Amino acid sequence: MTAPAATVTRGPSRADGTPGPTVTRGPSRAGRTLHAGPLAYGILVVAVLFSAFPFYWTIVAASRSNADLAKVPPTLLPGPNLIRNFEAVLEEADIGKALLNSFIVSGSITLGTVLCCTLAGFAFAKLRFRGRGALLAITVGTMMIPPQLGVIPLFMLIAELGWVNQLQAVILPGLVSAFGVFFMRQYLVQTLPDELIEAARVDGASTARIFWSIVVPIARPGMAVLGLLTFMAAWNDFFWPVVALTSSEPTVQVALRQLGGGYVHDQSVIMAGTLLGTLPVLLVFGLLGRQIVGGIMQGAVKG
Amino acid sequence: MFVAFGLFPLLYTAFVSLYRVELQTPGDMEWRGLGNYTALFGDEYFWLSLRNTFTIGVLSTVPQLVMALGLAHLLNYKMRGRTFLRTAVLLPYATSVAAATLVFAQLFGRDFGLINYALGLVGIDPVDWQNGTVASQIAVSTVVIWRWTGYNALIYLAGMQSIPHELYEAAAMDGASRWRQFFHVTLPGLRPTILFTVIVSTIGATQLFGEPLLLEGSISGGISHQYQTLGLYMYEQGWGFFHLGRAAAIAWVMFLLIVVLVGVNALIARRRSRKEAGR
Repeated sequence: MTAPAATVTRGPSRADGTPGPTVTRGPSRAGRTLHAGPLAYGILVVAVLFSAFPFYWTIVAASRSNADLAKVPPTLLPGPNLIRNFEAVLEEADIGKALLNSFIVSGSITLGTVLCCTLAGFAFAKLRFRGRGALLAITVGTMMIPPQLGVIPLFMLIAELGWVNQLQAVILPGLVSAFGVFFMRQYLVQTLPDELIEAARVDGASTARIFWSIVVPIARPGMAVLGLLTFMAAWNDFFWPVVALTSSEPTVQVALRQLGGGYVHDQSVIMAGTLLGTLPVLLVFGLLGRQIVGGIMQGAVKG
Repeated sequence: MFVAFGLFPLLYTAFVSLYRVELQTPGDMEWRGLGNYTALFGDEYFWLSLRNTFTIGVLSTVPQLVMALGLAHLLNYKMRGRTFLRTAVLLPYATSVAAATLVFAQLFGRDFGLINYALGLVGIDPVDWQNGTVASQIAVSTVVIWRWTGYNALIYLAGMQSIPHELYEAAAMDGASRWRQFFHVTLPGLRPTILFTVIVSTIGATQLFGEPLLLEGSISGGISHQYQTLGLYMYEQGWGFFHLGRAAAIAWVMFLLIVVLVGVNALIARRRSRKEAGR
């Protein structure tokens, strides 16, 4: 949805200097040709600066010493201490282990969610079975229930299993998400023609075969978007990991909580930890931001 | 499986909330009836956190959605670098609660924080963002606003793009200015989207947990509990004081609160659209 819109934009804005071509742009859309004026640009630039400043500040603070941060007026440029602060975080909060744990947790959750949700989404979109509508309604309905309600039974369950403070306590409950099922269902309803499945059926393909050789290739772009969103959500998840894990087996977010919770009083070290914990997601976002934007806008229209 | 993840916790939490259950021995359950609830309603911190949840919710949701609407309108213009701008406003969404709050906690620092310094430049005395009731709630809300405004703007943008062009053309032909087009075409067209974001943000605000936990790192939400939310109160009772049964009761109160709030929202929306239809 975003891609074509973006190409449309580029045409007329490049022609801004030369007003001629704008006129020849086919049938005019009277009410729609809202070009941005300087005011609109100004406000947007301020908004972007507001969004970006905390990131910049993290880098500044993470590369300074604690004494620098206590100066008045404050320093606004990055300093030379970045590596030293990184080393301090690795030592004091064991961020290395936390990063590894976060990669394991987010990676497993992403793989599991994409696979399970594609399967379930396919079933809801294309297979006929009893109670399909009701099951889908229940699935979507669970999105409304606050996670706090699930936490207590879940916690008692993992306590019973002896899983408290083990990574599977965080991974297993994350393997399916109602949002993912719904997202994949909507995607497949739109992109997967019934005829294709019927043709495969006539050729004698089993449902599993159909799934792997027809559904998965077609669903790939949707799976990619779901994977991105899931990875970011899993990496950033806070409440359940804080409840289920402790400092000896933390994810990055749990480790950050300890950093902020007073174990370390060096502000620049805290910021270095924050930077390390945010970098992987920022990297994903920097590379695939457009897809993420598209995914959110797509999901929203149908939400 | 969905029944297991959706319905079961709901009922089981209700079941647990009627018992005395301690964190260290979750197997031993002692019947308490409604005891957890009466204890809850007798605790001043419960009422305080309920009120905080409400005020922080309003402080964070209202400005956030209004700003998102404005941003979406601007992002809908034809302009250079639109994709870049859209991605840039979403950037805060990529951070975690923990990271965002830690950064803001520092920016809001009383003695050396950048925000107090900037306020000082325009002649405003330093604000004690961590201890003042209103100030600390504004600080918590700022983190929420910062993280979610861009996300909501994109949702509005998606809604705006599904409004048929013909409506704008007709409005322009009738001589409606941009402002009038915004109020009479865009806003009504966005009504379902706005309702969706209001409900989602309300639910989010009711569950606020990480931001108040990390502003200072204490589970009581400030020295005098001045920004403790229900989510944090539940964590304090369950995992700070080990009263799982009590925490379950709080979870149920939160759930009922959400049901009521969503119901009220839906009711208002329905009444408004009916009024519209009658016109």
